[in-house]
Amino acid sequence: MRSFNAVVVGAGPAGMSAAIGLRAQGLSVLVVDEQPTPGGQIWRAVEAVAPTTTGALLGKEYLAGADLASRFRSCGASYEPETRVWQVEPEWKVYMTRSGQAESVAAGHVILTMGAQERPAPFPGWTLPGVMTVGSAQILLKTSRQIPSEPVWVVGSGPLPLLYMAQLVRAGGKIAGWLDTSPAGGWRRALPWIGAAMASSKDLLKGLAWMREIQAAGVKRVRGVTAVRALGQDRLQEIEYIQANGKTMRVPASLLLSHEGVVPSIHMTQALGCAHEWSSQQACLAPVLDEWGQTDKPGIYVAGDGAGIGGAYAACVRGELVALGVAQRAGRLSGEAASVQAAPLREKLKKLLRLRPMLDALYPPRANIATPTDDTIVCRCEELTAGDIRKAAAIGQPGPNQLKAYTRAGMGPCQGRQCGYTVAHILAQEQGRTVAEVGFYRIRPPLKPVTLAELATLNIDEQ
Amino acid sequence: MQREYDVIVAGAGIVGTAIAYGLAGYDKRVLMLDGADRDYRAAKANFGLVWVQGKGYRYPEYHRLSAAAADAWPEFAAGLEAETGISLDYQTGSGLKFCLSDDELSARAKMLDAWEAETPELAPSVRILDRSELARRYPTMRLGPDVVGASLGEQDGQANPLRLLAALQAAFQRRGGMVRNGHPVTSIKPLAGGGFEVKTSEQTARAERVVIAAGLGSVALGRMIGLDVPLHPERGQILVTERLAPVLPVPASGLRQTGEGTVMIGVTQEDVGYDLSTTSAAAVRMTRKALRILPELGKARLVRQWSCLRVMTPDGYPVYASSQMYPGAEIATCHSGVTLASFHAGPYAQALASGRHLQTLNAFPLERFNVSKNQSPQHTTADALH
Amino acid sequence: MFRKISPPSTPPLTLSIDGKSVTAERGETVASVMMRQADPSCRHTPVHGSSRAPFCMMGVCFDCLAIVDGASSTQTCLVPVAEGMCVERQLGRPKVAS
Repeated sequence: MRSFNAVVVGAGPAGMSAAIGLRAQGLSVLVVDEQPTPGGQIWRAVEAVAPTTTGALLGKEYLAGADLASRFRSCGASYEPETRVWQVEPEWKVYMTRSGQAESVAAGHVILTMGAQERPAPFPGWTLPGVMTVGSAQILLKTSRQIPSEPVWVVGSGPLPLLYMAQLVRAGGKIAGWLDTSPAGGWRRALPWIGAAMASSKDLLKGLAWMREIQAAGVKRVRGVTAVRALGQDRLQEIEYIQANGKTMRVPASLLLSHEGVVPSIHMTQALGCAHEWSSQQACLAPVLDEWGQTDKPGIYVAGDGAGIGGAYAACVRGELVALGVAQRAGRLSGEAASVQAAPLREKLKKLLRLRPMLDALYPPRANIATPTDDTIVCRCEELTAGDIRKAAAIGQPGPNQLKAYTRAGMGPCQGRQCGYTVAHILAQEQGRTVAEVGFYRIRPPLKPVTLAELATLNIDEQ
Repeated sequence: MQREYDVIVAGAGIVGTAIAYGLAGYDKRVLMLDGADRDYRAAKANFGLVWVQGKGYRYPEYHRLSAAAADAWPEFAAGLEAETGISLDYQTGSGLKFCLSDDELSARAKMLDAWEAETPELAPSVRILDRSELARRYPTMRLGPDVVGASLGEQDGQANPLRLLAALQAAFQRRGGMVRNGHPVTSIKPLAGGGFEVKTSEQTARAERVVIAAGLGSVALGRMIGLDVPLHPERGQILVTERLAPVLPVPASGLRQTGEGTVMIGVTQEDVGYDLSTTSAAAVRMTRKALRILPELGKARLVRQWSCLRVMTPDGYPVYASSQMYPGAEIATCHSGVTLASFHAGPYAQALASGRHLQTLNAFPLERFNVSKNQSPQHTTADALH
Repeated sequence: MFRKISPPSTPPLTLSIDGKSVTAERGETVASVMMRQADPSCRHTPVHGSSRAPFCMMGVCFDCLAIVDGASSTQTCLVPVAEGMCVERQLGRPKVAS
């Protein structure tokens, strides 16, 4: 069995930064990622795309990833792309498959940098071909230089839709309209953090610049949209939306991109039984971490957006901090040396996260995500509606795991990634409890669906 | 003194819910109290077999109980489906146990002969099929080269255990039963003048009778009514695939395709205490065995591996015991909750409702484990002085 | 549903989708190729046979499943295109029997 001081799962900003930091401390490092090249989501395909016109179009934040990727490639870590990690067992063995072959690797420390995913934001018709996330469209731009072929509708709010729409405009794409779901009074909500805004004015100005680009392109913006519905037979044909004044509008549409913020990917940490806490500011769960990014399972660390949404630069800093923490735990660095080196990083992280609370206040998720209509599909895999969940919730006040047993919600291939929060919200509402009290599905391996043939190739004699 | 309920059932797993459902059908006012969402729940690791073949070898009463329960299952299932509209995906008429070597097949044949000889009054229900007969009977099944044959049980079948539980709960409620989830029982106290007071952290309730069907939790609760039931956990790990087009037309021990199309592979038998973790090593072993039987499954994607704790008595057979010290308090525990669901909802509940003693239960006494039934009760609550 | 913003600078490669020949650019994923087709759908669900197309493009929605070179339920958003690749829409429950 191969063995490393550290196995880093994920080769995005946090994973690459952690690997560089760990190597600088002389530790042996294996970095695995399911994509073919490093970059994670935010810097996806950055090595190939940065030098191209698409790279220029994507902007400075994207291009910054190229430098990190280059330093990552030369840091001496073993990097194995197109590798899927499907389980981590005590203490610690990381199970992965590559090209049909399963392997377990011994790791003194495991650094999880699984990043984030877009918050599941169900609405009626969201499973139709033609409805996608804003992030998916940005990935298409990054990895295959594609933009919507017809004017696209965007629904939601947050920095990502602003950035994407600006990028789309630069690329010559057309936006039919932006249904802005952030409620009126954003700046009033943001007021408590105005100091932070001043201090992070650079980031703020960036966002305002994107907004100006969008406005200059004449993009129609409908403010205060409270609900949306996608209609069509086998594919999106029209959308209906409810405006702030209560009026319903119906328009033709062939592509609708939705975004209601991002949430940490918690599947792996949940499967490991790590403690999580509910963040009401970000309306999601995040793993409980110490100052070095270590979970309550010794040797398991989390860096990047998986620790809490903070963006690419914060992810890098978290990765560097984890590297110091691991080096200390591995005896390569004294506590004092680690603290000294960590101090400026912690300062930097604080500054980078300064704007977050304001962004969370400006762009809360669409309210009716927590209260979908009965006809809204909530579990995409098993095609269960909110009505189905509510009906089952009436049988003896089940928790999410009981509910899963009754309905099969969360039992499909995505294993709750798209329905876990929505089911918890519905149960919370039906039972008069908080979402934090209701809890989440128990997550079990495999973290990615391996085939039985792949599984059978695992050498278990060395277990 | 007025009691709000006729019976309180502690535990809403497959055993408790079946009993409660049966009782509610005999016009009893029933309260069922269940534990928290993440408590140990043997019901969620049930493989879903309604099975007779080979059961109770050298303990023929268990064979008889299982056979009677399997016989009653069709009517039980039809009734539940009619009451709730929930389909149980119940199939019966054949079940296989694959044998992967000549030795295994002949040993199985020998055992089943002896097994049938122990219950001469029951019609023979199993036969041994060699590979060519298997192929003839199930032409769509592409068996791996290691499959030498199988034993076929004509009383065997399968059902969806999660739907069974949901249907029992739904029907129980429709029959007027009351269920409280997240309300684990913390104390059971007999009341002067008869009946019992049952407490959870949230409420207190009183009933004429109490049935403890709380799986592994029955040990602590049993002590409160003077019954020392030796139960220990046995971990079972199970695998389930994505939904697949039909690939397995008949349920088999350790391998079956559900109504949704998922294929379940299982089950381990591990002595690891209260450890619910899964192991990749077990996943690999179970997978390799399944692939020896049906190699095409190699293409199927594994979606989940989980585990639960079986409720095991020292000999693996059920315990049905009545408290001598506090008449009206019962314990019911077994690990074949699906097969015996028809029994629990039927004859067991009926006897309980009418106050009769069911002779069948004599075969599964607590005394066979040499524990004293008349121990003084042990309470964990502060107000034990009563 | 999507189009390239400019012609590829590298020689295109060819793959087939349900027997139809399509061109693709090195480095992109199978899902991105699907999104360029007139019918962007990649599967019918195993539950109700509903039409689905890629949704998240990053491996967390499992809606982009298709049969790639015979491997069913493959997340096409994670598979880089290769010359001669054979992609088939997965209609309903995947068949493992050959």
